[in-house]
Amino acid sequence: MLIYTLKRLLAGVITVWFIATATFIAMHQVPGDPLMNDKAVTPEIRRNLERKYGLDKSVPEQYFIFMGNMLKGDFGISFTQQNRKVNDIIRDHFPVSATLGVLAIFFATVGGILWGALTAIYRNRLPDIIIMFLVILGISVPSFVFAALGQLLLVNINSLVGASIIPVAGWGTVSHMIMPSLVLGLGTMALLTRLMRSSMLEVVNEDYIKTARAKGLSPIRIFFRHQLRNAVLPVITVLGPQIAAITTGGFVVELVFAIPGLGRYFVQAVQQLDYTVIMGTTVFYGAFLVLMVIIVDIFYGFVDPRVRLK
Amino acid sequence: MNTQTFIPSPDDFQPAASLVSVEQISRPSLSYWQDAWLRLKKNTRAIISLYIIIGLALFTLAGPYVWMVDPALQDLNQISQTPSFPKTAILVASYQRWSGVVFDDFPAEPEEFLDVIPPPDNLRVDDVATTQRVRLVWDPVVGAGGYNIYRNQRLPESINDLGLPLGSALAGNEVSYEDRLNLEARQYYYAIVSTDGFDESDSYSLLAVTPQLTVTLDEAARRGLVDGDSGTKAGHEIKLEFHPLGTDYLGRDMLARLMQGARVSLFIGIVAPFLYVMFGIFYGGVAGYFGQRLDVLLMRFADFVVALPFLLFIILFKIGFGIGPGESGITPMLIALVLLGWPATARLVRGQVLQIREQGYIEAARLLGAKSHYLIIRHIIPNTMGVILVTLTFAVPAAIFTEAFLSFIGMGVAPPTPSWGSMCNEGVKTMLSHPHELIFPATLISITVLAFNLLGDGLTEALDSKMRSRE
Repeated sequence: MLIYTLKRLLAGVITVWFIATATFIAMHQVPGDPLMNDKAVTPEIRRNLERKYGLDKSVPEQYFIFMGNMLKGDFGISFTQQNRKVNDIIRDHFPVSATLGVLAIFFATVGGILWGALTAIYRNRLPDIIIMFLVILGISVPSFVFAALGQLLLVNINSLVGASIIPVAGWGTVSHMIMPSLVLGLGTMALLTRLMRSSMLEVVNEDYIKTARAKGLSPIRIFFRHQLRNAVLPVITVLGPQIAAITTGGFVVELVFAIPGLGRYFVQAVQQLDYTVIMGTTVFYGAFLVLMVIIVDIFYGFVDPRVRLK
Repeated sequence: MNTQTFIPSPDDFQPAASLVSVEQISRPSLSYWQDAWLRLKKNTRAIISLYIIIGLALFTLAGPYVWMVDPALQDLNQISQTPSFPKTAILVASYQRWSGVVFDDFPAEPEEFLDVIPPPDNLRVDDVATTQRVRLVWDPVVGAGGYNIYRNQRLPESINDLGLPLGSALAGNEVSYEDRLNLEARQYYYAIVSTDGFDESDSYSLLAVTPQLTVTLDEAARRGLVDGDSGTKAGHEIKLEFHPLGTDYLGRDMLARLMQGARVSLFIGIVAPFLYVMFGIFYGGVAGYFGQRLDVLLMRFADFVVALPFLLFIILFKIGFGIGPGESGITPMLIALVLLGWPATARLVRGQVLQIREQGYIEAARLLGAKSHYLIIRHIIPNTMGVILVTLTFAVPAAIFTEAFLSFIGMGVAPPTPSWGSMCNEGVKTMLSHPHELIFPATLISITVLAFNLLGDGLTEALDSKMRSRE
């Protein structure tokens, strides 16, 4: 178990290093330089500015400085908002995105397992057909359409009730969190439902279920103790990469619902070409995602002993 | 002891009587692909999806030749039109100033200030109401020193809900107003409130007016709606440009834009997966076939590429390779998708190749003297075709989704090149007032992705008994 974990961690560190390097290279490919947008300055001031930001050094030197700073945890200062450090931006806004993401995953997992189990129980009957139809819709319709429709639904609910009971945009209270996390989790929920369904149907045909039935266990006990537990395994496997999908889906949801999360800042920075913010958030997101995948893999190792005894 | 040796001669052999079994079932034997095609045809959802995809292909390839409207042509007179049948408009001459109606024998200022000023009677339209101008006339009110005119797009519920304040008539005997503000061919509710110069009255008169759509002669000539010398004069009806799916926020025809957007989205959605699946087949095939150290090395590299966060890298790619002015941004996205998408296929193909490599017929062919490349091309690759085809069919909607998503956040193709994703982005901004701008591209994306997903499901069931989901 320990070796398994260590190997994954090492691979993760190398990946994060690779991401940081690739980010650095990409940033230096962009034509022009970060000081382009400043007002016309005299050459001396410009040289001073370059020296301050380290832009007058050679690229390999800049790379080492960048790497050194990053290891210390310093991502620099935002170019467009020059009184904010990138670290502060991440610290202020990441908890918002994290809350959104955690809620979304919670909805997606609970919903996916629930609906998937239902379709397996009522196989080929009406609930199954309805749920599978919704699942196919959920997989096919893009997330931003769901976000827009979700907002529209809230507007209609509010106008029906006459007062603004559920806020349509923004962040702060619990009622702000419901619709965005639902919308964000929908795609993953559909995928998990489908996965759960095929997994349950496979498990049903396994020998140990037959044994359990032959032993005389009650159907409920078989269902919860054996079927559900074993069918959940593929769902956990897929959860790791799905966290990445939810993170990127969060960009759109934050844009549409005007949530002050890190994703929205990232997209804005990309559109405004704010290099330090882009680099900092890219590396941060990359490290975060790698960490999440490793955690899920470790968790899977706990749940399924066959993996760690390999 | 039998010393006679038996030497067989041809006469000792006679053909045996053939037995024809009554129960012999004869049916032409099917090849793998024929069997798979039969199974696919039985799956209605997959066949419907196939038809949808063929329809989309026709829409994309043949559409622009049938519906020959320039998708980049902006017509700022027809911003955000809803889908409709062809509209007709009346030709009119250019705007002529109207002197209005002023009653000479009525006092301009109120002679005595009343507590309650009644609203004006007989509010009516003078001459036909057109989108060029609406002329309102009413009867003068005793005790009024002026009138305020309001316009609303829906029925006002109270004195506080009268809508847009258009203007005022500043004298008690000035009883007309001409409205020329952004008139559309829809129903408006005009309200007139009398004032005595200091306060407004609490009551109002209401008039519902629907102006007729008009085009001036000069405008029509400029837009090419009439020939210069066909003799059309003011008062004639002419047909306006037909926009069956409406126009977007810059007046560009939606149908033409959707067709061009289809080209962009489907080009990226089909070419990128095709390229990276090809590369994945080659990579996975080599890794699986040659095995051992080469396999381990190649797969480690593939694992790295998989672990990279997909979207972040695509965004970095787009920034790194930049989009110059005039470029459409399609190529960087294509390159990025290909570079980041191949490991999944490579891994699948490698797994299949590892399985097939152990089969008996490979061993037999090798014993017969087959070289490596012959085995790979002639035996292994065709047997992985099932997996490859299914991967391809599921990779297309994933690529379309990714492209739409990137265009939605503004990191996709650059304007004015349309793509379904960027059209959705523009449509979301006007979702509440003009939903059709969002509905059409979003529906098209959904239908395309749905069709490919269902087709992929059908192919999975048809091609591999092991991969078939149990019903």
